[in-house]
Amino acid sequence: MDTLLNNLDVFVDGFTLTLQVFLWSALFALILGTIVGAMRVSPVAPMRWVGTGYVNLVRNTPLTLLMFFFAFGYPKLDLPNVSYTTLAIFALGLYTATYVAETLRAGINTVPLGQAEAARAIGLTFGQSMSHILMPQAFRAVIPPMMSVFIALLKNTTVAAGFSVAEAGYIRASLSERGEPAIVVLLWVALFFILLVAVLSFVQRMLENRLKVLR
Amino acid sequence: MSNVLFDAPGPRARVRHRYIGAVTLLVVLAIFGFILYRFIATDQFTAQKWNIFTVPYAQGKIVEATLATLKAFGLAAVLSLTLGLLLMVGRVSKHKWISTPTYIFVELFRAVPLLILIMIMYYGLPPLGYTFVTPFIAVVTGLTLYNGSVLSEVFRAGIESLPKGQAEAAYAIGMTKTQVMRMILLPQALRAMAPVIVSQLVVVLKDTALGFIVTFQELLYLAKSYGTQVQLGSPIIPSTIVVAAIYISLCLLLAGLAKFIEVRTKRGPAKNIRAQQLVNEAA
Repeated sequence: MDTLLNNLDVFVDGFTLTLQVFLWSALFALILGTIVGAMRVSPVAPMRWVGTGYVNLVRNTPLTLLMFFFAFGYPKLDLPNVSYTTLAIFALGLYTATYVAETLRAGINTVPLGQAEAARAIGLTFGQSMSHILMPQAFRAVIPPMMSVFIALLKNTTVAAGFSVAEAGYIRASLSERGEPAIVVLLWVALFFILLVAVLSFVQRMLENRLKVLR
Repeated sequence: MSNVLFDAPGPRARVRHRYIGAVTLLVVLAIFGFILYRFIATDQFTAQKWNIFTVPYAQGKIVEATLATLKAFGLAAVLSLTLGLLLMVGRVSKHKWISTPTYIFVELFRAVPLLILIMIMYYGLPPLGYTFVTPFIAVVTGLTLYNGSVLSEVFRAGIESLPKGQAEAAYAIGMTKTQVMRMILLPQALRAMAPVIVSQLVVVLKDTALGFIVTFQELLYLAKSYGTQVQLGSPIIPSTIVVAAIYISLCLLLAGLAKFIEVRTKRGPAKNIRAQQLVNEAA
């Protein structure tokens, strides 16, 4: 307990940065993932190729490797100077976007073809059938798996600690200078992650039950 | 081709699609072109920076590092499959005193980020007297605990997706609990879950790269050590490209196997959504 209370500042700073990295990369992944997901189900063949290529390539790249490239390779390219935190957000976003895209695609595929055909048959335009018929159903199928993707993202933010981002995974390194025992610090960090994941899982289950009733 | 989102396109739509397709390809080419331009502008393709990869000694080191990665992956894969099976059996047990602790174990290890687990092994244990923990042991143990927990849930999802009648019929002809699990439930569940299990193994392979952070001497570690040699012109980007090619090909091979199994077993039970979600959560 003393380890936590005496170093509360480091813990608070670390987890604040973790949450910031999490939220920004979640936003980035959602935007990019939606674009890629839309490309994967688009009627235009080259768009599908690009979407599929991106998903297959990045999904099979270790996140650590992506971060490695951004942390060590990017600064060599003489591009605008960006902080390690921003680079980590970028890597996390690029990586998670593939999972967001696949989740969205799977969600759209759960809507039966008859729904779209019926919507067209009664004369709804493309926009109307999207907003009134297809999206509300796909949305429901997408929410629980999307929460899983974000739980993974939250856990993955710790990888940034290996690349000079002082978030929760880095607390051990900062506190070893103060002579705190590593195991105690790490167990506290683990406990906080368990709590954060529990909150997200709770929200996930709540939404899941709610959406089930509506169906 | 008609699907939920659009009808088969007519002649005008086809022309429009061709334009959109061309624009898409142009945009992608522009992005690639820009990256390539930056690489060339900052002299990433000079012979000096790539020389190291023509030296047999350096090539041998790369093979060694690849083998280290594969060794960690192989061991962690076997161990986590075993642990996953054990945990699953504990989890579905009728005895509360077995199933509750297993449930807590699985949920805890699924929630802790893998890197934190590896750090607990590598930084946390040696000061307590467990000095035998090398980076290799830390990585393999972390991977095993984490993926074993995930896989146990995947196995369980597989067993729960089977019709109740399977177990009931087996009990009715007088099989014991062990026989039902071993001869009736597991073979069917494993078959149905095979693609998901292999996908999870891809996650294991990818996560061996985390070893880099705790100085496990695998591919990324080698890339860093070559990349920071000033007399070679700090070829960090060339060495990242080489290592990335190896990592991605290995993962693609394994992912291809998952796809192959999925196609082969398409006639089997429908894809298990819960299991897919578990893998997503662990990725």
